[in-house]
Amino acid sequence: MTLSDLATRLELRIFTSGVPLDRPVRGGYASDLLSDVIGHARKDDLWVTMQVHPNIVAVAVLKELAGVVLVGGRVPAAETLAQAEREKVPLLGTGLPTFELAGKLYTMGVKGS
Amino acid sequence: MALRRLRADLHIHTCLSPCGELAMSPRAVVERARAAGLDLIAVTDHNTTENAGAVIEAAAGTELAVLPGIELTTAEEVHVLGLFETGAALGPFQEEVYRNLPDLPAKMKFVEDQVLVDAADYVRGFCPRCLFGATLFSVQEAVELIRSHGGLAIACHIDRESFSLISQLGFIPPGLRLEAVEVSPRLTAEEARAEFGPFDPLQVVRFSDAHKPEEIGSAATEFLVERPSLGEIRLALAGAQGRRVIAT
Repeated sequence: MTLSDLATRLELRIFTSGVPLDRPVRGGYASDLLSDVIGHARKDDLWVTMQVHPNIVAVAVLKELAGVVLVGGRVPAAETLAQAEREKVPLLGTGLPTFELAGKLYTMGVKGS
Repeated sequence: MALRRLRADLHIHTCLSPCGELAMSPRAVVERARAAGLDLIAVTDHNTTENAGAVIEAAAGTELAVLPGIELTTAEEVHVLGLFETGAALGPFQEEVYRNLPDLPAKMKFVEDQVLVDAADYVRGFCPRCLFGATLFSVQEAVELIRSHGGLAIACHIDRESFSLISQLGFIPPGLRLEAVEVSPRLTAEEARAEFGPFDPLQVVRFSDAHKPEEIGSAATEFLVERPSLGEIRLALAGAQGRRVIAT
């Protein structure tokens, strides 16, 4: 499943422009502690978080994540969005809280380790 | 004037912090700090500076110097220490913090645990704010707010698994204008460097984060400075004009 498929089916908001959404999503990880994501997320995971700090982009690049979904209606800080577009990291958003989004992703086949 | 060694614990809570023991009254803090051989302390309650004046007053006439300070909780739930000059007018700073500290439902407040006191340990009242909550400031905004009021910003207990810059944000964001990083008493500065890598050019300091009297001075940093003031500590953290950190 690609990010684009998920974005359509879950009606995710797409914050980044000029960043391709055709990346395959192989799994998911939900955490708001970036140290935890660095330690445990896997390549091509979709990361679900409420952190909007620019460091999320660096972590997504470091771990080669498929993309980042901001939950609870959060929007990225201006610097975060600029960095995401520069680094080609897809940033998406939803009004759903983490638990709800993770549940929906799971039923669609996006699973954790 | 000659430079001298000065032992400082610049991260101490009072009974105003919801998690600080009631026993952390101004007179008890001063007494315990002196008994622990400290020359300089800072009063750093969660999101408030309102008990600092009482501790400064309680230490008047003793050898102990006291800086007013704060431990700000940022929107990312990172704790940032702000230290100010003794006598700094912190009213506008505090108002700005309270304006950006969301109120929670009454039942989530621990008002009786947030005790405002005077220098003689008399209860002045209770802080009605939700001091344990997170402010709306990003870590960047918190650091700049502290600096804009003449303060010095230090990332707190970066070795801890919660409320630390590294636990919350994975690494120290580039361009963040911190003066130092603090490690908790459970780690030595050397162990912190071994675990997290070098922090250059940031200085590593070690303070107690005391919430009870017996914890005061359980970790301290020695500075080589002319006198116990914020300006001198700032110079020492920058390694300027012969001032420096001697030991953590």
